[in-house]
Amino acid sequence: MSLPDGVRRHEFDGESALATRGEPVYGEPTDGEWRRWDPRRSKLGAMLEQGVETGLSGGETVLYLGAAAGTTVGHVADFAGPTYAVEFAARPTRDLLDVADDRRNLFPLLKDARTPETYAHVVEPVDVVVQDVATRGQARVALANRRFLRDDGRLLLSVKARSEDVTGDPEAVFEEVLAALSEGYEVRERRRLEPFHDDHLGVVAAPR
Amino acid sequence: MSDSEDGWFADVPPDDPAAAAAAVREGSTEEPAPWPERAVAAGFADDAEDYYDQLREATTRATQAAVRERERADDQQLVHAIRAMDDCLRVANELAERVAEWAGSTRESAGTGVEYARELAADGGDDGDDSDEPAPVVALARRVRDVDDEAEALRRHVERTAPEVAPNLAALAGPVLAARLIALAGGLEELARKPSGTVQVLGAEDALFAHLRGRAPSPKHGVIYAHEAVRGTHPDNRGSAARALAGKLTIAARVDHYSGERKPELDAELADRIERIQARETE
Repeated sequence: MSLPDGVRRHEFDGESALATRGEPVYGEPTDGEWRRWDPRRSKLGAMLEQGVETGLSGGETVLYLGAAAGTTVGHVADFAGPTYAVEFAARPTRDLLDVADDRRNLFPLLKDARTPETYAHVVEPVDVVVQDVATRGQARVALANRRFLRDDGRLLLSVKARSEDVTGDPEAVFEEVLAALSEGYEVRERRRLEPFHDDHLGVVAAPR
Repeated sequence: MSDSEDGWFADVPPDDPAAAAAAVREGSTEEPAPWPERAVAAGFADDAEDYYDQLREATTRATQAAVRERERADDQQLVHAIRAMDDCLRVANELAERVAEWAGSTRESAGTGVEYARELAADGGDDGDDSDEPAPVVALARRVRDVDDEAEALRRHVERTAPEVAPNLAALAGPVLAARLIALAGGLEELARKPSGTVQVLGAEDALFAHLRGRAPSPKHGVIYAHEAVRGTHPDNRGSAARALAGKLTIAARVDHYSGERKPELDAELADRIERIQARETE
């Protein structure tokens, strides 16, 4: 598998780690213009770290759902093209605004990913939808936002089992989510994100 | 947006960042479209680069304004609202007692409580007094009704704003109890910094200090007694239930303060815990 342009492995204090070029966001280690992308703080980072074939090559137009405080979406904006960051909670969005301050191609939106019509007048069709929302009905969110994906686009989804069902067996939860997802997507790859994130599944899917 | 197929820039005059931000916030449409190309074709932007610069300005402004607005519904506002609600309830009850006592001296059918004050306020009593001026006791009953209405309006306000201030705590505790805990602690941050054992007895300070002076057993619960998880549990297990509930509420308050994101799994963890406690054998 290949890393997208703008992402590479870099030495930080003798340790090799993923890195992108951009202004630091939360005090992560930096070396020159490279800053470390910690897979423990980022599901997308964990997917790249584990060699998932994301199809990312750099420069894509991205819609990021569940941007939170902007830790991951900051890295995405470092290597991608226009990046739309949707987050529903006000408090983390305040931090997201700081991340957007340093990045010309990052557009922050305080919107609910379950109601795409509230941002479809702003977001253009995109090459990649990255979804990391901790809510019940993660497959529904992905299906509702399928309208933004170009036909050859990719969905990079992180499924959090405990958001769907706390007590259920994660594998059973994943199967359920993937079954619901198949209504609009074809799953290309799936990979558990342990040890970086417990009970999370990384999914690469294409719209069908 | 007048036309549902328009992008955010459709009705925005050139060089009007406020209008652009408002369009981003309030607009909507069903399907996305290649907005950058359309904006350039419509003459809104010179080229894609200009479009993205304008888009960035508009989305940043819109999001800043939206965040400010949401956060204005902050914890201190909620504290005032819940305290005002409790004041109204207390005053309404106190005055209703006075109304009942006064009305009881002249009317045989006099009842008690806010309920009776409401009746009296509505029908004005059956004493055949036709003058425009209501009897003083009826006028007082009307005040009781108004204050009680105000308490109800404040409750609705608290129910609406508590989930914005503390989404997880409000989901676990219910909006009113969530607001009460925040008020007792003095704010969401203060609540988030308290250990769970303190949260468990918030509102039971008298009993707690009596206990610390060595005169009484330690209180098992403060205002969290109002929660179904405590009240609905057999008295033998209420201490456990209160301890478990306080633990989860403390976690919820911390998530709300430090992250602000909703974590639905907390609800289920609490339900699961309480269910196990309630299933215990009791003598």
